[in-house]
Amino acid sequence: MYKYDEYDQQMVDVRVEEFRDQVRRRLSGELTEDQFKPLRLQNGLYLQLHAYMLRVAVPYGTLSSVQMRLLGDIADKYDRGYGHFTTRQNIQYNWIKLEDTPDILAELAKVEMHAIQTSGNCIRNISSDQFAGAAADEIIDPRPYAELLRQWSSFHPEFLVLPRKFKICVIASDTDRAAMRLHDIGIKMVKNDAGEIGAQFYAGGGMGRTPMIAPMIREFVPLDQLITFSEACLRVYNRYGRRDNKYKARIKILVHELGRDEYVRQVEEEFAHLLTQPIEPPLAELERIKAHFADPAFEAGLSEELDLSDPDFRLWVGRNTQAHKQAGYVVATISLKPVGGIPGDATADQIRLMADLGRDYSFDELRVTHAQNIVLPHVRKADLYTVWKALDDAGLATANLDTVGDIIACPGLDYCSLANARSIPVAQKISERFGSAERQAQIGELKLKISGCINACGHHHAGHIGILGVDKKGLENYQLLFGGSEGADTSLAKIIGPGFTEDGVVDAVEKATEVYLANKQGEERFLDTYRRIGMDPFKEAIYG
Amino acid sequence: MKILTGNDLKTGAVTWWTGVGWSLDVNESADVGEHGAAIIAREEGVQNVFAAYVVDAAKTDEGVRPGHIKERIRAFGPTVRLDLTVKPSEASDLNWVI
Amino acid sequence: MVEVQFRFRDDEAVNDPAVTVDSFAEQSNATAVRIEPGDDARTLLPQLDRLSLVEVNFPAWTDGRGYSSARILREAGYKGEMRAVGDLVIDMLGHLQRCGFDAFAPDKALNPTDAQNAFGRWDNVYQATVVDGRQAIWAKRHPA
Repeated sequence: MYKYDEYDQQMVDVRVEEFRDQVRRRLSGELTEDQFKPLRLQNGLYLQLHAYMLRVAVPYGTLSSVQMRLLGDIADKYDRGYGHFTTRQNIQYNWIKLEDTPDILAELAKVEMHAIQTSGNCIRNISSDQFAGAAADEIIDPRPYAELLRQWSSFHPEFLVLPRKFKICVIASDTDRAAMRLHDIGIKMVKNDAGEIGAQFYAGGGMGRTPMIAPMIREFVPLDQLITFSEACLRVYNRYGRRDNKYKARIKILVHELGRDEYVRQVEEEFAHLLTQPIEPPLAELERIKAHFADPAFEAGLSEELDLSDPDFRLWVGRNTQAHKQAGYVVATISLKPVGGIPGDATADQIRLMADLGRDYSFDELRVTHAQNIVLPHVRKADLYTVWKALDDAGLATANLDTVGDIIACPGLDYCSLANARSIPVAQKISERFGSAERQAQIGELKLKISGCINACGHHHAGHIGILGVDKKGLENYQLLFGGSEGADTSLAKIIGPGFTEDGVVDAVEKATEVYLANKQGEERFLDTYRRIGMDPFKEAIYG
Repeated sequence: MKILTGNDLKTGAVTWWTGVGWSLDVNESADVGEHGAAIIAREEGVQNVFAAYVVDAAKTDEGVRPGHIKERIRAFGPTVRLDLTVKPSEASDLNWVI
Repeated sequence: MVEVQFRFRDDEAVNDPAVTVDSFAEQSNATAVRIEPGDDARTLLPQLDRLSLVEVNFPAWTDGRGYSSARILREAGYKGEMRAVGDLVIDMLGHLQRCGFDAFAPDKALNPTDAQNAFGRWDNVYQATVVDGRQAIWAKRHPA
């Protein structure tokens, strides 16, 4: 994985000192809260319901064991012993003190981490495929391109005060595991007819109150124009994105209002101009970065054998592991969704344990997924049982990846100052209702996603089943949506009818699974059955 | 009644105006009547609090209960982590929140 | 007239009254223009030669359109004074400079020590904006 050189290190060190200085000016009263807020946000520091919240970036979701271990240590030392992994592959701490923040950032900088641009109206952390570099189906590892973009977007002087936040995602396989087309810019690395690698650009996707699927804006951007093209996309947005209404300020609204073709025309015009400016790093820089992502020293000729005589292990292997590009290895996902647990939360001890497993059994690498789980990307099949045992002992071996128990949920009204309703208790009740392994196996893949408000941090628009918490005259109420997907077949979920109470929505989800099981044909997933039979049978069962 | 809430600048902790200072306990809240804005201006000015605002609440036998669930969760703590609430709590205390 | 608090030019300051972007083409003797956030800086390109002062107004520092306006004019070869005016904050001074600003006239005077720290904060930069004349980190990594 990428290692900082002296320049990268200096950039994060300078940022720590800059933020220390900003905190000093805030505490001394030189800066009012109104002045400080945009500055602290660009360092990932929010004011949430109970305290300050710090969001630490995990660029493209990749972590070393030392970094992961520090995340656990920070949870103990500066927070209340746990952290929350987010749908943007980051980690959040819920109980941070302002005066501690510069020290936390300094500790992070020592292990090449930061909280730069994890909030605010700027280019955010670049997300990617959690199986990058390990997946059998990728055409190339997308992370070097994400790292190139990370450096370009860090403190880009022209794009620090955009109309609104800006999220970029880079993937490199047909199976989209990162909701690429639901980003402000989605980039898919592709191979053209000549066999050259390039970047396919999508723009104007997003969730929030106006969910949109990004249209393709350019089929192929050559690698030596990647930054220039990105800069053109951003400049057009910075100049013409709406600033009169924060709910209409995302690039998706600009692309929608201009129309895809007009946005493309403007970008191409700006791109043609910017090509005259020497702003593109040489390909040698990309090669330098790529060298950091060379495959670890995989052993050749390993056995594919796996002893599955332990039934619990067999269940977990079937559910939580994926094919690896290297024979004898697997990609193992650690579910942070125990039955009745808080989706995405992990204790400091669990974080450190995962760090140790990453160090000992996965070439020192871990990944954070947008579904709020952790991945050990390169585990030898021969080690898998040992790994599973250790996870099981720590309550981390729930075998429910991509099932109804593997719920994405935002922090909701338990933590978030924007939320209208609580998300976590709904997730807990649903995962308990479907707690039995047999039942989850019977239902199979069912992606359920819960947001506590219209901002959609819980990706409810992209859920096979989505749940949106709303405030109905001071009471929590939950709308139910069906038919969303964040995969290669991206679609937006539709609201099925009037909302429910907390218990009512759990019952409704259960009825929906019954309709699915009664109508399922062959190997259909819930989503396939829904797409085939439509909403009516579900409505009928739920509303009677 | 109308009560005042905000956050402590250094720690971010949720605080409530008692009439003479800021407390972590919502039950110590004073009724500020129409004086909320003036108190906020003064207290934010000297950095005793930030992000302060006025909240509707009711005086009950059990103490002061903010009108909106969001403010009750702020006063209570996360409902899903009873080990981390403002005061030691048990499941039955959730009735106060919800 | 707001006071210029920081200026990084050796030539004599121009203080001609700045006209609006809309009227600049007709005001054929005007040498100074003031760009508001919604203005298209590119409409000035045909008349760049007679410009010696460009003021870019920031009614609120959180509106970043002026960064693009400045950089676009510099990219087109404008060499005169590029003055940021309005709601300027210390922490953005260095970034403004990187987009081509070389004079700063904040509504409220900024703490000079903090401001100087901000101008000098970043020894290295990740991007080539070109218009700031600075070498990007990637260029230092791969000397020609």
